[in-house]
Amino acid sequence: MEQQYVIGVLVANISGVLSRVSGMFTRRGFNIDSLTVSETESAGLSRITVAFRGDDDIKERIVTQLEKLHDVKEVEVLDPRETMIRELLLIKVRNDAETRQDIIAAVEIFRSKIVDYSKEALVCELTGETSKIDAFIDLMKAYGIMEMCRTGIVALERGANCLRTRKEAAVE
Amino acid sequence: MQMTGAQIVIETLVEQGCDVLFGYPGGQVINLFDELYRSRNRIRHILTAHEQGAAHAADGYARATGKVGVVMATSGPGATNLVTGIAAAYLDSVPMVAITGNVPCSQIGRDSFQEVDIVGVSMPVTKHNFIVKRVDELAETIRAAFQIAKSGRPGPVLVDIPKDVQEAVCDHTPYTHPIEPDRIRPASDERLRKAAKMLAEARRPYIYFGGGVIAGNASAELIALAEKLDAPMGCSLMGLSAVPSLHPLFLGMQGMHGHFASSAAEDAADLVLALGVRFSDRATGEQGRFSAHFNIIHIDIDGAELNKNISAALTIRGDLKDALKRLYELVERRHNPVWRKQIDRLRQEETARTAYSHALLEKKLCDSENYLTHYQIIDAVSAAAPADSVIVTDVGQHQMWTAQRYPLRQPRSFLTSGGLGAMGFGLGAAIGANIATGRRAVLFTGDGSFGMNLNELATAVSEQTDVTVIIMNNGALGMVRQWQTLFFDSRYFGTTLNRQTDFVKVAEGFGASGARASTPVQLSDALHRAFSQSGPFVIDAHMCSDELVLPMLPPGSSIDHIITEIE
Repeated sequence: MEQQYVIGVLVANISGVLSRVSGMFTRRGFNIDSLTVSETESAGLSRITVAFRGDDDIKERIVTQLEKLHDVKEVEVLDPRETMIRELLLIKVRNDAETRQDIIAAVEIFRSKIVDYSKEALVCELTGETSKIDAFIDLMKAYGIMEMCRTGIVALERGANCLRTRKEAAVE
Repeated sequence: MQMTGAQIVIETLVEQGCDVLFGYPGGQVINLFDELYRSRNRIRHILTAHEQGAAHAADGYARATGKVGVVMATSGPGATNLVTGIAAAYLDSVPMVAITGNVPCSQIGRDSFQEVDIVGVSMPVTKHNFIVKRVDELAETIRAAFQIAKSGRPGPVLVDIPKDVQEAVCDHTPYTHPIEPDRIRPASDERLRKAAKMLAEARRPYIYFGGGVIAGNASAELIALAEKLDAPMGCSLMGLSAVPSLHPLFLGMQGMHGHFASSAAEDAADLVLALGVRFSDRATGEQGRFSAHFNIIHIDIDGAELNKNISAALTIRGDLKDALKRLYELVERRHNPVWRKQIDRLRQEETARTAYSHALLEKKLCDSENYLTHYQIIDAVSAAAPADSVIVTDVGQHQMWTAQRYPLRQPRSFLTSGGLGAMGFGLGAAIGANIATGRRAVLFTGDGSFGMNLNELATAVSEQTDVTVIIMNNGALGMVRQWQTLFFDSRYFGTTLNRQTDFVKVAEGFGASGARASTPVQLSDALHRAFSQSGPFVIDAHMCSDELVLPMLPPGSSIDHIITEIE
């Protein structure tokens, strides 16, 4: 059954590693919905969060192919029930007397923030799960989106489970 | 001790056990070549005619011995010329280290003369690759390259070294021993016990093995297990030579041009034990039929191969030699008289079908006085060649005929570009195999494949390698022509080689000897000459362009659609 998967990948923090990971997806014909890279608590490691749609078979193939890459240190399929998933959105909409109040109301309801205000434009900032971001963008369409930018998914498991501790436990 | 980067590279190669290096010089590797000159008593440098030939030679060296093959080329075109050779090694899991020079770090990214991002180019066809930008990281990077190349499922690793890094100086302490491969987690006990139980319950067990058995040095364990289970075996193209061709349980290669008996036996089995195989489309035909007819136990060192192309009832990840040894202890000795009788009937059917197909061919051959058939050529060569010869092929019809028919005796005695199917692979690989083993290399090639890299005859002559080249010359790009015959209403386009090339003169022009043969007597004379002298010898054996490789399972189809003869 097709569904969305989010996987956390710890990789060596060296140049070229993003090419290797994204190249694997391209080469093997797997589609990526979202991919983010960031620093981690450890200077030697970066964390890549990849979201994609597929069935269980595709997910297994992606995981085993990622594990084969030399710079990949840990791969984990994150359980959606035990994982916090967030995206950040910055969106610039037209500032216009007629619609301003509606925009401000939406911003409040979505717990968004107006982070820049000028005569012609408003910039709103919003964090949340993908569905919430999608809904906010959908709403803003009516007011004239000038430009927007979203970070893609970052995800962490709840509780004390961590990607690295699991690996260390396995070694012992 | 203070050393330059170039010295460190060569010292580390020696430390890692490299005794032969195939290479071609150029502006960005002069420093490395200068150190090779100083170390010429420790590393034998083989200068090839083209970097691709060097890469195939390093590959042949590795395939014939299991050791890591080493190739070196300059930046830019030198590096890109390696790519086909590296890809051939990658697709067939061959341990190889490729070292390329590059422009100095300060010139990288400026489209400098002979600058190419070879790390980017080779990324999809290497197991891993590196660019080394600091001299103090050189030694550990080259050690890592060797370790990655030979650990787990082997493969090629490229190390790109900018010229200024070769010139820079730093402190270096050599290791006393080559780096060990990574330890592989052993196969799960529980899963092996389950496999033993499934094998005990099976009525018609069949073993399908591939190149993993050779890479894992598991031939003896495989044969012992097959005999204990009384299970017939077949293999993929890459599995050939793991089991002697004449072993009574061995039915030959299966797949698109495999033997009828092995393909049919697998189809009739109720349990297939698949060892070190990846179920490529050429080996399986219709992939859907796999899970439908029989259960599969799939054992492989590479977890990513399990459930990749087909889904197995039981997957076991681990080193084959160890897994087979342990599985042997877990299974009961058994005899399968009914199943073996069924197999014997398939073998008889195969013999009859082959005889019929050959009879049709001989009847049809327009002018049999002037043509040799593929089986005349292969049988004559196998009768005349030394028993310990390394058999090498190029790619095409001759490759399949040799794979089907040549009697192989020991592991690593059959080298072929299976995964990539790179025409032009053979001559370089044969040179590498002869240099690595000292045994005669016999190359079966075609007029098409040979034309691609015949410049390496120059290398074979300079190095006086014992390479016997058998050109199965049918005046055509036979395999594509065969598809045009079968699937494109015989519209031959781009496959007829009306070339006036005289391969005997070509051989002589390079300083080798050669002979032409279009009758069995001429062939036997030529073979006698070829095998009674050292150095390269080229035999131009003439065939009719209409001969087809049979049997043939049309792409994506099952054994029910096998073609064993053409009227």
